[in-house]
Amino acid sequence: MINITPLIPELFLLVMAIVVLMLDLFSSRRTVVVPAYVSMAAVIITGFLVFKFGGDAVRWGSNAIFVADSFSQFFKVIILGAAFLAIGSSFGTADRMTHHRGEFFALLLFSTVGMMFLVSAKELILLYVGLELTTIPLFVLVAYQKTNRASSEAGLKYLIIGAASSAILLYGLSLLYGYTGTTYLNEIAQKTAVYFLSHGFIPNAEGTTDLVGMGPAFSVALMMIIAGLTFKLAIVPFHMWAPDVYEGAPTPITAFLSVGSKAAGLAAIIRIFDGMLYAFSHDTMPNDSWGTMMAVLAAVTMVAGNIIAIRQTNIKRMLAYSSIAQAGYILIGVIAASKLGVASCGFYMFAYMFANMGAFAIVGLYAEKTGKKNISDFAGLSKTSPIIAALMTMFMLSLAGIPPLAGFMAKYYIFAAAIEAGYTWLVILALLMSVVSLYYYANVVRIMYMVDSDNKHHIIPSFPAGLVLALTGIGVLLFGILPQSILDMAYKTASSFIF
Amino acid sequence: MEAYVFYLFAFIIIASGIAVVTMRNIFHCALMLIFCLFTVAGLYVLLSAEFLAVVQVLLYVGAVAILMIFAIMLTSRLAGREVQLSNEQTFVGGFLALVFALGIFYAVNATYFVPSDAVLGRENSLAIGKLLMTEFVLPFEVISVLLLAALIGAIIIARREGN
Repeated sequence: MINITPLIPELFLLVMAIVVLMLDLFSSRRTVVVPAYVSMAAVIITGFLVFKFGGDAVRWGSNAIFVADSFSQFFKVIILGAAFLAIGSSFGTADRMTHHRGEFFALLLFSTVGMMFLVSAKELILLYVGLELTTIPLFVLVAYQKTNRASSEAGLKYLIIGAASSAILLYGLSLLYGYTGTTYLNEIAQKTAVYFLSHGFIPNAEGTTDLVGMGPAFSVALMMIIAGLTFKLAIVPFHMWAPDVYEGAPTPITAFLSVGSKAAGLAAIIRIFDGMLYAFSHDTMPNDSWGTMMAVLAAVTMVAGNIIAIRQTNIKRMLAYSSIAQAGYILIGVIAASKLGVASCGFYMFAYMFANMGAFAIVGLYAEKTGKKNISDFAGLSKTSPIIAALMTMFMLSLAGIPPLAGFMAKYYIFAAAIEAGYTWLVILALLMSVVSLYYYANVVRIMYMVDSDNKHHIIPSFPAGLVLALTGIGVLLFGILPQSILDMAYKTASSFIF
Repeated sequence: MEAYVFYLFAFIIIASGIAVVTMRNIFHCALMLIFCLFTVAGLYVLLSAEFLAVVQVLLYVGAVAILMIFAIMLTSRLAGREVQLSNEQTFVGGFLALVFALGIFYAVNATYFVPSDAVLGRENSLAIGKLLMTEFVLPFEVISVLLLAALIGAIIIARREGN
C-alpha cells in the first residue's frame, strides 16, 4: 500500500488546476474573477498543506525519491507566494484576453506544481520531469497574447532555448548516471564525495573496485548540468533569452518567470551541487576548481547584468537585466556551500520575491492604464499616484539593497556567507556592482519624483492588484526590519545538507 | 561480429544525421531523420535493450517523425520545394558541434565507467515495467500531468480564434 500523505499538497494543487480548467466550461465566459479567485484560494490552501504534511522526516518512495523536508517547504512557500502574487496581478491581463482565460490560470497552476516537484525531487528522473512540467506550461503562458508579435516571438525563443538547455541538461544527467550508476542524489553525492576526500581530483583511467573512477566524463557531466540549470536561472553566459522573453511575455508571467522558476532552478542547483561543492572545497581537497568556476560565473553575471541594465530604456528590459544581476548575487550563496550559504540563498529569494513581484505588478498596472512601457514614462507619477510611486521606490531600493528594506538584509547575509567561505574578492566585486545597480534603480525613483510631465494618469489598482501591492510592500518593509523569523526558517532548511 | 554491426549502425547514424541538417529538401531531411532514428533503435537491440528499441520505433519513428512529415505535407508552401534551411552561422555552429563532439569523445574515452553488475536477461521489459509501477511511479504519473498540460498548451497556441 502506497502512502500518499507526503504528496497531498502537490496532488491538491493539481486537482485544483483541473477544477479551474473545468470551471471555464460552466461559468460565464465574460468573467475572469471566478477562475482567478479559485486559483488564489487553491494556492493559499496548498501553502497550509505544505506545512501540515511536510517535515524533515517526510519522504515518499522506498528510496526517498521525493522529500518534503524543510528546504523544500521553504522554497515551496516562495514558489506559492510568487504564484499567488502573479495570479493577483493577472486580473487586468486576463480580462483583456478574448479566449482561454481559465486555461491561463490552470497552466500557471500546472507550472507551480512542476516547481513543487522540482524542489522536492531527490532523484534525477523526477527532477527532470518536474523541470519539464515547470517550463512547458510557461512556454505557452509566455506566448499567450497570440495577436501580439512580441509575445509570440518571446514564446518561440523561450521554447527553442528551453528545449536546447533541457537537452544539454539531460545529456549531463545521463552521463552522471552512467558514471555513478545511480539516479539518487544522495548516492551520487556520497560516491563523489567519498572519492574526492580519499583520492583528490585526479583523472583515473583504471578505476577502483568499490569507488567510482574519477574521470573527465564526470567533469563534462557537471559542466553540462551547470549549463542546463543556469539557463533556467539566466546566469551569464546563458542569459541571452531573458531580456526578449521578459519583455514580450505578459507582465504577470514575466514576474512569475523571474521569481518562481528562478527559485525552483536555484533549489535544484543547491540540491545537486552543494553536497559536492562542500566536498570539493573541503580542507583535504587540493583543488577547488568547481567553486572557482562558479564564482567566475557569478562575477560575470553580476557585472554584465548590472552594466547592461544601465542602458535600458524599456522598464521590463531593465528589470530583466536587473534580475540577471540578482541571480548572480544568489549564486554567491550557493558557492559558499555552507549552512549560512544555503540559508542566505533562501532568504535572498524570499526578499527578492516581494520586491520583484511588486515592481512587475506596478509595471503591469501602469502599462495597462497608459499603454506605456518606458522608464521615462514614469515621470510625474509621484504627483498623480503618490502611493504607487512610494511603493515603486521601496521595491527599487530593496532590489538595490538599501536599509532598512528586505533586500539589504538579503545581500548582507549572502556577503557574510561568502566571506565566511573565503570568497572576499567576490564580495568586494558584488559590493561595487550593488553601487552600480543603485544608479539605475534610483534613476526610476528620480524620474518619478524629480521629472515633471503633463502626465495625468491616475493609477487606481483593482482590488486584487491592490492586495498584491499591499502584500509586497509590507513584505519588503517587514522582513527588512524583522528578518529574524524568516532567517531562522531559512537556517533550518540547511539541515537537509551534509555540512 | 557484434562490433562490426555496431560500427555499421554508428556509421549510418552519423551519416544520416549529417544528411538531416545538410540536405536541401525539407521532406528528404525528415526521411533521413526517420532513417537515423530507426538505426538508433537497431543500436538498442544490439545492446539488449529491447524495450528502448520498441519505444524508439513506436514513438520517434512512428509518432514524432511521421507527424513531422504530415506537418510538412500539409503546409502547402513547404512540400516539394527547396527552402532555406541554414543561415550564415553554419560554420560557427558546425565548428562548435565538432568541438563538442571531440570533447565528449575525449571525456568518455578517458574515463573508466564501472560496468553494472545487473544481468541482462530476457525480462528487461518486465523489470522496467515493475520499476515504473513501484519505485518510479511518481515520475511516471507526473509525466501524464505534463502531457495534459502540453496538450492544453498546444490547443491554445494552435487554435485559430473565431470572432
